[in-house]
Amino acid sequence: MSGGLALTELRLSHFRSHRAAQVMLDGRPVAIHGPNGAGKTNLLEAVSLLSPGRGLRRAAAEDLARLPEALGWRIAATLRAGARHHEIELRAEPGQSRTVRIDDKAAPQLALGRLARILWLVPSMDRLWTEAAEGRRRFLDRLALSFEPAHGEAVLGYEKAMRERNRLLRDQQRDPAWYRALEGQMARSGALIERRRRDALERIGRAQEGAATQFPVALLSMSQEDLGEEGLGVLLERERGRDMAAGRSLRGPHRADLVAIYGSKDMPAAQSSTGEQKALLISLILANARALRADLGAAPILLLDEVAAHLDARRRAALYDEICALGSQAWMTGTEPDLFEGLGARGQHVTMDADGGMRQEG
Amino acid sequence: MSDAATDIDDLIALMARLPGLGPRSARRAVLHLVKKRSILMKPLAEQMGRVAATARECTLCGNISGTELCAICASEARANGELCVVEDVSDLWAMERSGIFKGRYHVLGGTLSALDAVGPDELRIPRLVARLAPEGVREVILALGATVDGQTTAHYIAEQIEPHGIELTSLAQGVPIGGELDYLDDGTITAALNARRAF
Ligand SMILES: Nc1ncnc2c1ncn2[C@@H]1O[C@H](COP(=O)(O)OP(=O)(O)OP(=O)(O)O)[C@@H](O)[C@H]1O
Ligand SMILES: [Mg+2]
Ligand SMILES: [Zn+2]
Repeated sequence: MSGGLALTELRLSHFRSHRAAQVMLDGRPVAIHGPNGAGKTNLLEAVSLLSPGRGLRRAAAEDLARLPEALGWRIAATLRAGARHHEIELRAEPGQSRTVRIDDKAAPQLALGRLARILWLVPSMDRLWTEAAEGRRRFLDRLALSFEPAHGEAVLGYEKAMRERNRLLRDQQRDPAWYRALEGQMARSGALIERRRRDALERIGRAQEGAATQFPVALLSMSQEDLGEEGLGVLLERERGRDMAAGRSLRGPHRADLVAIYGSKDMPAAQSSTGEQKALLISLILANARALRADLGAAPILLLDEVAAHLDARRRAALYDEICALGSQAWMTGTEPDLFEGLGARGQHVTMDADGGMRQEG
Repeated sequence: MSDAATDIDDLIALMARLPGLGPRSARRAVLHLVKKRSILMKPLAEQMGRVAATARECTLCGNISGTELCAICASEARANGELCVVEDVSDLWAMERSGIFKGRYHVLGGTLSALDAVGPDELRIPRLVARLAPEGVREVILALGATVDGQTTAHYIAEQIEPHGIELTSLAQGVPIGGELDYLDDGTITAALNARRAF
């Protein structure tokens, strides 16, 4: 296999449980099996850090260094994108923020988003549909970010302006011009955020239509209407008094929620069975991957932690078929090798021992 | 009683507090100075003493100078109706180095930030507004950063200036400004100023 987006090499040093680890890859899906605590999720987390942000565990910087030494850590990867290869290096010295180098040149974290599209599904997302809206919002923003890397800047800008506004509210500041200056920026980035979120949902919807998939269609919508820049500015100004009483901004895109319906049953996702909820998530990740492939010509890298365990044999087989059809380098983990029997030689298999040792087969 | 070795250590510790210097480069600088005591260290110490005694903020624009009004504010030729608003004195110096701008400046000394407890009064914004009529300002050029705080400040100032019916422009977008002008070459600053547009 050649062409698609894939890591061809990954080297870890003093990262989490891995003192020194290396895998060589060829672009096929990667099936990793080993006992609890072997370091499988840690490996996927390292890959997730090759995209902007705090990775699939949303970890604090100081948690990443291997204990007890806490010497600082390093992730080095070779990324193949079409005919080109990029060397990506992430490292952090103790007590310092992480640095990114792309092809031996220092780069900002956001530059990673333009290089490596990486989507993930982790067990903590199993409760996504039943827990607080914040998790769904984050999921939605990652969808939007996958299509439009600049989404991250808009989100950061909105949050910064909102923190400033919240501080004014708590300080009982009354200078209306100061509020207007901040609300103008919240309205501008907020409208961008809302538009890109809707745009992402539309693309996901199109990618689900008529797709050859065994996974259920999820009908997605937003809980609140899109006010646009002007409407958002008006809303913020109107709510200022109430917000001041509360000491924070009560309304806006930061309160939006993602609504999901299990299509064929017309049932809200939160009321669906555990297995159905998982299937909806997988369906969305696959649709996201298909939409990205249509846009960019290459499927994104997928990180599917413990995805096989929750699926019955029929769905598991369907998942492997669909991943192979996508041509995605999907990293999957499981505790038993037989979970990946159905993948066979279509994938690369990695065995991890309880002490973190790794062996590659095939 | 002062011990020469302790004095030198104290000097190194002071030097290490300068921006861009750490303990290692401070030691190198001090060693160099001590070796060149008469031709470099003494004149430097005397010059520093003089500047420390006379340096002050220009009461009009916030530039650093040795007199109550800086040379730019004292010069009638610079009162051409253009006023450039910058975050920091280093931005003003960078603009001056490029030699392209012929008007006057207003140094805010930072950006609006509620989280850092920096409000309009801390930023000399009322003083900016008070300058407009007496100095016959026709155009205010905002040379503030593209950060959230920089843009909040720009919009805040815009609202204060609007009632005065004065043209308001900002440096071309995409140019990193606001405490960063210092890092730009003259050509880039010139291009940003020439391509300024209505805010
Ligand atoms: N900073 C760290 N330094 C050293 N070890 C760490 C660090 N952070 C986590 N670990 C250890 O890494 C080990 C492996 O964790 P990981 O989550 O990767 O396991 P896993 O193989 O995914 O297991 P499971 O099958 O249970 O999900 C854990 O035992 C954990 O204690
Ligand atoms: Mg795990
Ligand atoms: Zn002056």
